[in-house]
Amino acid sequence: MWDHEIRAMASAHAIIAASVFMATVLPAAAVQGFSVYGTHLLWLYSVSGAVTAVSVAVFWLLGITPPTKKHTVGYKLSRLFRSCLYFFLSCLFFHTVVVLYGAPLIESALETFSLSVLLTSLTTLRCLCVLGPNVQAWIRVFSRHGAMSVWDTGLQITVACTLVGAWIGAFPIPLDWDRPWQVWPVSCSLGATIGFLTGLVAAPAWIHSHRKQLTYKCK
Amino acid sequence: MKKLPVLSLLLWVCAVYFVGIYLFVGGFLLVRLEVNRTSTCGDVLQPGEEPADFCRVRPRFRRAVLLIIDALKIDFAWFDPNNTSPRPYENKLPVLEETVTSRPSHSRLYPFRADPPTTTMQRIKGFTTGSLPTFVDVGNNFASSAILEDNLIHQFGQVGKRVVFMGDDTWENLFPKKFHRSLPFPSFNVKDLHTVDNGILQHLYSTMVGEDWDVLVAHFLGVDHCGHRFGPDHPAMADKLTQMDGVIRSVIDRLQNDTLLVVMGDHGMTDTGDHGGESQKETDAAIFLYSPSPLFPGPPTQSEPDVVPQTDLVPTLALLLGVPIPYSSVGQVLLPVFPPHGQTGGAVGGLSQLEALWINAKQVNRFLETYSGMAKDIPPESLSQLKSEFSRLSSDYLATVRDGRPPSPRLAASLQAYLTSVRATCRATWARFNPLKMAAGLAILAFACLTCFIVSELSLVLIRESGPGLKPPVAVAFIAGVCVAVVQIGKQGYVEASWCLAAAALSSELLFLWRARRYRAVPVEKNGSKALKSPSWLTPRRLLIPPLLVPLLRCASLLSDSYVIAEGRAVTFLVFSLALYIPIHLNWDGLLLPPSHDPLKAAGFLPSPALSPSTVRKESGTLLACLGVLVGSLYLSLSFHACREEQGSCQPSPFLSPLARLQDNQLKNLHYVLSVLSLGLWTYLLKRCLRHYGNLNASSGAVFTARWILPLTSVCLALHWAVGATPEDSFRNLSELIGLAQLALPRAAFCLLGLGLFLIWLDPLTVFIKPKATTPTRGQSQTPPRYRASTGISTQAELHHLIPQIYQRMRRSLDDGEQVVGSEVDSSPAVKAYGLGTVYSAPLLLFCGMLGIGLLLLHPEGMALSFLLLLLEMGALLHMHASSTTLRGLHGTFSADFNVPWTPVVLWSLAATQFFHATGHLPTFPSIQWGAAFVGFPDGHTGTVLPASLVTLNTFASHILFSVGCPLLLFWPLVREVRGSRGGRACGDEGEDAVMEMRLRENPQRFTAALLQLATRYLFILGAQVFSSVCAAAILRRHLMVWKVFAPKLMFEASGFLVSSVSLLIGVALVLRVDVAVGGWFKRLIPEASR
Ligand SMILES: [Zn+2]
Ligand SMILES: [Zn+2]
Repeated sequence: MWDHEIRAMASAHAIIAASVFMATVLPAAAVQGFSVYGTHLLWLYSVSGAVTAVSVAVFWLLGITPPTKKHTVGYKLSRLFRSCLYFFLSCLFFHTVVVLYGAPLIESALETFSLSVLLTSLTTLRCLCVLGPNVQAWIRVFSRHGAMSVWDTGLQITVACTLVGAWIGAFPIPLDWDRPWQVWPVSCSLGATIGFLTGLVAAPAWIHSHRKQLTYKCK
Repeated sequence: MKKLPVLSLLLWVCAVYFVGIYLFVGGFLLVRLEVNRTSTCGDVLQPGEEPADFCRVRPRFRRAVLLIIDALKIDFAWFDPNNTSPRPYENKLPVLEETVTSRPSHSRLYPFRADPPTTTMQRIKGFTTGSLPTFVDVGNNFASSAILEDNLIHQFGQVGKRVVFMGDDTWENLFPKKFHRSLPFPSFNVKDLHTVDNGILQHLYSTMVGEDWDVLVAHFLGVDHCGHRFGPDHPAMADKLTQMDGVIRSVIDRLQNDTLLVVMGDHGMTDTGDHGGESQKETDAAIFLYSPSPLFPGPPTQSEPDVVPQTDLVPTLALLLGVPIPYSSVGQVLLPVFPPHGQTGGAVGGLSQLEALWINAKQVNRFLETYSGMAKDIPPESLSQLKSEFSRLSSDYLATVRDGRPPSPRLAASLQAYLTSVRATCRATWARFNPLKMAAGLAILAFACLTCFIVSELSLVLIRESGPGLKPPVAVAFIAGVCVAVVQIGKQGYVEASWCLAAAALSSELLFLWRARRYRAVPVEKNGSKALKSPSWLTPRRLLIPPLLVPLLRCASLLSDSYVIAEGRAVTFLVFSLALYIPIHLNWDGLLLPPSHDPLKAAGFLPSPALSPSTVRKESGTLLACLGVLVGSLYLSLSFHACREEQGSCQPSPFLSPLARLQDNQLKNLHYVLSVLSLGLWTYLLKRCLRHYGNLNASSGAVFTARWILPLTSVCLALHWAVGATPEDSFRNLSELIGLAQLALPRAAFCLLGLGLFLIWLDPLTVFIKPKATTPTRGQSQTPPRYRASTGISTQAELHHLIPQIYQRMRRSLDDGEQVVGSEVDSSPAVKAYGLGTVYSAPLLLFCGMLGIGLLLLHPEGMALSFLLLLLEMGALLHMHASSTTLRGLHGTFSADFNVPWTPVVLWSLAATQFFHATGHLPTFPSIQWGAAFVGFPDGHTGTVLPASLVTLNTFASHILFSVGCPLLLFWPLVREVRGSRGGRACGDEGEDAVMEMRLRENPQRFTAALLQLATRYLFILGAQVFSSVCAAAILRRHLMVWKVFAPKLMFEASGFLVSSVSLLIGVALVLRVDVAVGGWFKRLIPEASR
């Protein structure tokens, strides 16, 4: 039914996934001693940056972002400002949640905040791209009948996969294996990234296989 | 309401669980009583009965060196010159073989067989006491790990030998302050192969050349740690063993003539490098004896033992070094080191074989008599056999000595046989896992969990008595138990109760399950709403929902030592996750936000249009606010945790130490004020809640408790803390008064608590009726209440009509304010009842609150904060559950059942575990708060029952509170029922008023079913946790951490289950008691109102 959109989504996801890989591989060539564990924060910010830039570009090019009603520069600027604000607020929100989940409060605040930046760029940013800075719409999307387009469904799947990935990523931390990836927050950010990549693959696949059952209200 | 089926079903389920736990624990945990008597030099054990001082005889050796190489398996010690390509662990200790061949009368190498459990601590205990240490050595040292039983180190100290120790710091814990000099090194880090060994090597040789020692003990850990880390088949093991070879060589070079060298392993290891179990690879270590002066009469002969049991080291060493044999030793002297009779001239001051055997036999017989006087676990028939055997031998021996004739070799052999059979008897009693019992326990527990799950699914059918009843299973259980008993009597002559119980439990479970299979289709016909799910109640789709996934994760986490160590945080993590799931799931179903938010959406999508947007917004707000409270208390509760020794960089909570121990006065005052504030808040919140629902108006026992006893107890508690915190030297003249207060205040609190709980039980109704003065006249003019037309209608039907009426009136008067407002409209009711809407939950809440204060009394003062968090979290959970029930519209219609879904039940049970940790407890024995036994009894106790129960109450405080409060989950959605929400839909003239808990009385069957379901669901989750920790102990019984982590965890989980299930039964029984009282109240009301 929405073959065209599914194809568009698949290619957009492929590009975003590629950007994650590039963000892992390119700095390794450029920066001395770069590794996912060793210089974890560097990798983390490189992935967040890449995903942010590429998603914004892709969704803007595809024209998914809800059309603005007014075309004045001022309105656009305020929208941009609001988006940035939401981005930052969402970082704080994730930081709080992660701390409440048991992350150290003071000792590794930078690591925790970096993880929340990564989570924000993998989840909130996509909400911003697809739905605009509208929290009510975000909440609405995450309900059974809340999705109004293929993109909304894709958003649901990737966000859920990312968060579940980060959640599962916390499991190995208490184990006494002494591996480099058990250090906070490596396993969580790896989990989130792997979850995100899984979501990128799963979303078009799931939509494709369920295209008969899916019905959307028009926007 | 049917009380009996509920209680009997719950009792049956609990009993089955208990049998499973009992069987498993009986097969897994080896228990032995410690004999706390010591041998002395003056003991009459010498040959010939003449009293001679043991210790003055000049012994064979003046000094001894004990080199203990942890996990020195016998395979490591053999040397095979024909082996051209040895494995990393083979042929690496050539020094042993070289010495044995070159100096056969100076040295021997034997396999050295340890008794399970083959863990280092138990083994050290074993080869110093000569006994068979088990996991639980019940004695007076339960709190510390120090050995109080008579042992070699103690005996050395008694005769003035200077014992120098170096190596594994376990020794330092086992023998605190017993060594002349001690150099312990940390043994905890298994990955560290060299710290301990290098530490020893730095000091070993210099100590040996010095004269400042008589017995030198050096315990090397490298080989064991290498095994744990790499396994035996690894080049690192070759290096380690080669190093040990060098150590032994250097030690032999430095030995003097009067010194005995013993090189030994404490246990072996499996092919993966682990130990703890009973396989031959784990039990067979090596022992190598050497002395520069001739030790043995000659080269090895045929009569030499193939294997030396580990217990034999103790009597041998004792007699060689001239100290008394430790009292509880069951070992047998190693005969080859003693010269045969008549050849004693060569070795100065030594004993002959027969003399040594005789001393040994007398000592063992003395121990056996003492032990059998204390404990009854040795089978009586073998005991009497051993006794008669000893008296025969003793008369034989005495006759031989008296006559002065050469002893027959038969006598020595039968003395040996006697000692061997004593040890075999003891071992059979103490030191053997019983895999059959363990398997039976596992099976019973597994089936019990399944039964519990099925009972919870079929609760309605069971209550309607159309389902599988309880009578046939119980009958079958009885028959099976009796059959097994009869068979046992026929075959063995005596009855072993555990197997009868096992047969009974298993057969009744299986019969119940078999009968339940047929009944699973019943609800389809009975109840339309259940038609969809009932046929498939065991499909993965229904079981793999997050609320069941979380307990699954929890159970899985019990199988890993890391997660057990980090249990407190792991459980908090799970609680937080599941709590977040509630709003997310609600939002997913589109129920969190009012539908008006999205006008485009068709109304048909929303399953619950009944709630107005403002109600939805209010309920969602409550839900999120309670989530906030929950998360906040979860986060704060993390700061009340204690620390395990395995958690390296952990700081125990400052609130855990009693106030009296705080030095800083300001800090002390702050802590005191905080604790008293929390206590006050606890009391205030409880009273506030009761007053809010109009439960404080009546004049019943429960209300009296709430009004007077509860605050009075709190005051007692606060005073008690104040007295306890006063520094002893500041009020010298008041010391007597303080002592009295320390005794009297907690006892007064205990008495008040007992009185309060008793009053609640006796008179639980908190309903206040106010009949109107004008009732008789008004009754005529009014439309006659329907219960007046009682002639011809059964009481049941009357009640059915009566309730809403009374209730409606009561509610209306409540609306007007707490107190009665004078003016009533004409249509106003004849009777007003206050607090009827919370008639069930109010006593339960009060009961929990009183219990909470009592349990707080047993904790350190600072824990008051944690208890307050517990109350807040309880409240938040209840409110979240109520709000989500309202939002889901589950109680939308009168026909709805009152089922409590899995999510709140799981949260409730996880919160119990979470607060177990947040009240400063840990599943380890050293962390038990023994101070609780002395609250109110500062001078100690005479019996053991009272202190044990006080400590139990302290340890499982949160389990008790949450289990007793469990039925609140059923009531809270009704208590918090949204009034007027279904005004449009309410049928007939029952009005727009909410009926709260009276709804339960309208539907007694569903009420009973829901109560049963709730209780069995809670039991299921608890039982699943017990099952998984039982599995952990069974599967991982070879694990390095089994006696440190898994076995204590199993004990705590099992006793926690016991305490929880009993408390749950108390909670359910209280609800049933209230129900009886309510029934009686209505009966009394009817004649009164219809007058
Ligand atoms: Zn060991
Ligand atoms: Zn070991």
